[in-house]
Amino acid sequence: MELQKFSYDNKVVKYFAYATVIWGIIGMLVGLIAASQLAFPQFFNDYLGFRYISFGRIRPLHTNAVIFAFVGNGIFMGVYYSLQRLLKARMWSDKLSYLNFWGWQFIIVCAVLTLPFGITSGKEYAELEWWIDILIAILWVVFGLNMFMTILNRRVKHLYVAIWFYIATFVTVAILHIFNSFELPVSFFKSYSWYAGVQDALVQWWYGHNAVAFFLTTPYLGLMYYFVPKAANRPVYSYRLSIIHFWALIFIYIWAGPHHLLYTSLPDWAQSLGVAFSIMLIAPSWGGMLNGLLTLRGAWDRVRDDVMLKFMVVALTCYGMATFEGPMLSLKNVNMISHFTDWTIAHVHIGGLGWNGMMTFGMLYWLFPKMFRVKLYSKKLANQHFWIATLGIILYAIPMYIAGFVQGLMWQDFKPDGTLENPEFLETVTALAPYYILRTIGGLLFIIGAVMMFYNLIKTAKQGNFLANEPAEAPNLRISPEKVTAGKHYWHRAIEKRPVRMMLISILVVAIGGLVEIIPTMVVKSNIKTIDSVQPYTALELEGRDIYIREGCYNCHSQMVRPLRFETTRYGEYSKSGEFVYDHPFQWGSKRTGPDLAREGGKRDNVWHYRHMLDPKTVSQGSIMPAYPWMFEKNSLDLSLTKRKIEAMRTLGVPYKKGYENIAKQEALKQAESIAELIVEYQVSKLPKKEQAKVNKNLKVQEVKMQEVVALIAYLQRLGVDINRDEKAKPAQTAEK
Amino acid sequence: MLRFISHNLTSIDGVAIFPILSLLIFTTFFAFVITYVMRMRKAHIDEISNIPLDDEDDHTDIMKFK
Repeated sequence: MELQKFSYDNKVVKYFAYATVIWGIIGMLVGLIAASQLAFPQFFNDYLGFRYISFGRIRPLHTNAVIFAFVGNGIFMGVYYSLQRLLKARMWSDKLSYLNFWGWQFIIVCAVLTLPFGITSGKEYAELEWWIDILIAILWVVFGLNMFMTILNRRVKHLYVAIWFYIATFVTVAILHIFNSFELPVSFFKSYSWYAGVQDALVQWWYGHNAVAFFLTTPYLGLMYYFVPKAANRPVYSYRLSIIHFWALIFIYIWAGPHHLLYTSLPDWAQSLGVAFSIMLIAPSWGGMLNGLLTLRGAWDRVRDDVMLKFMVVALTCYGMATFEGPMLSLKNVNMISHFTDWTIAHVHIGGLGWNGMMTFGMLYWLFPKMFRVKLYSKKLANQHFWIATLGIILYAIPMYIAGFVQGLMWQDFKPDGTLENPEFLETVTALAPYYILRTIGGLLFIIGAVMMFYNLIKTAKQGNFLANEPAEAPNLRISPEKVTAGKHYWHRAIEKRPVRMMLISILVVAIGGLVEIIPTMVVKSNIKTIDSVQPYTALELEGRDIYIREGCYNCHSQMVRPLRFETTRYGEYSKSGEFVYDHPFQWGSKRTGPDLAREGGKRDNVWHYRHMLDPKTVSQGSIMPAYPWMFEKNSLDLSLTKRKIEAMRTLGVPYKKGYENIAKQEALKQAESIAELIVEYQVSKLPKKEQAKVNKNLKVQEVKMQEVVALIAYLQRLGVDINRDEKAKPAQTAEK
Repeated sequence: MLRFISHNLTSIDGVAIFPILSLLIFTTFFAFVITYVMRMRKAHIDEISNIPLDDEDDHTDIMKFK
């Protein structure tokens, strides 16, 4: 048998490993800032009220950094290490490997340089603007191409199950990312989602849910199937189970997206479908978890000594907890309490800190000594990291579970006379203060652990001797298959085809779920009972909406009144699908740190909003909402893009009247003036009598109307009022049918 | 209350086919995978599941560098 000599590329793995640790710590720190803002709102408002770190901008940065920078680099690290060894082949192209590395870091830097500046597409977990989306797609293809060519040029007969998971990850993330990112650019820094309202929501959560499935779960399951057997030094418990695990998981996961939209305006059948498949998901998820844990059968004594195994065991346990909890949360009666509360936050952090975090730490502790050919610098420190991280997860999750329960139940409480027990939404937020503080401490512990690990790894690297190109040898299967197969000649063609076949079946399996869910909803477009009185936004309202998106208001405020008594009593009429037909993108939100805004229009006067945005506490005592002083800066209202925005909206199907784009700016200024007049009137009335006469009201109005906040107020006052509008009264911006 | 929402769908012709079809596809596929897995040979399974452990030429085994 001819043995071929080659080498594994360890350098790219090392690069990704460092990126994982560094971005991980940064992403977690950003999360800590966001958590601290909720725990100590007063301190942040008084001393750190910078626009670039306000909660609505920082929270997307945290989620994006942790998902795509920390876990993303973690995926590449693990895949580039294990893939080469499982295939007995070096990565196909070093150039593509390093393009993958540097390109990915560039994208992360782009995210860091856009999100804090309010440059966002306003869709959760997909906030990055259109040109970054294109870069991501290109880089993902680079990764996929490199992986696929390596698979095709391998020196082993079979594809180990881990590689199946990698393939499914690649194809599905590509599909999800591309379909969810259809957007129409207005400028370099601004675009609108191609879809609107219900469709946008469904596509977004089909993406959002499956980003969890195929970015945070399947690649890590693949890594688990490699690293756990490695660490335990025994094969996986049941290879048969792993095959069922794989197919069942990728098949079922893709259907479950609608469980994020229970009780919303999404069609009922789609909601039920989402629930049914979510429940089914328990089976493959737990199959995978048990397969991992049972691999340690007869080797549990090692868990006592091997710190990597400790991390893996906790990771698998957290995976099991999160995947049991997920289906439970998708039950409507549970979801009624949990949705929009911190329960969801607890749930995702069991997955994020527990499953992804601990698994990544385990891999890092295993890879560094291997690649640097030296023992870990301090086993004791690693053990301390393990305990402090575990404690951090507990301290994070438990308070958030309690907070979720407390708030969810407080929303539902009725007095015997049929009125709400807690009519003020704020009461249900201030009740959570202690839990927010505890959560912050939990997060802090977790970060301290990560920093300890960083120190430990650097020390290990310093002591060791890095092996950049690890020599290996294997029979060249492609040249002499006969000798290897001992008489069986038929498989040669099959293996060359198999990875391609595997990819095609994966696409098919994933596509079925997506299509069955999405086609009917697209068909619904022509079937949605459009509500005649629902009209496009005015130019000023549209600008206000973009400010709402820029500030990330959707991170704390939903726009979706569910058809439940305790919701309609608190907020008013429940939301209808026809109300969102002009919402590119939809802004339903997924968390209520503040109250729902779907029926905000007309509830409070303009002056209230003006004062509230300047300093929420002056009108809403105890509020934890940040102030937005930058919306009050002179001439901050920028209408230079208004015309193009109206044109873009028309391209997307919003029925603006012909020529409206040409008068849009004047119309916007006119509307702004009418709002500014009321505000100035109030401001003057608050002055001492003597000074009132001295004020040049007109000058003041001209000043106020050019503040951004006026546009935002116009938008807020429009929310949810259309269904009560007189159908015959067509506003100026609307085209005649 | 949900009838107000579900009316969107009742207006699509034959919408009931979607959930039924999805259940059928899923069941068939699942049955196929189970059969396939049950029919796999033990020797074959052992071979594949040992792939991650098959690294005799491991140049990074720390035991060698102690």
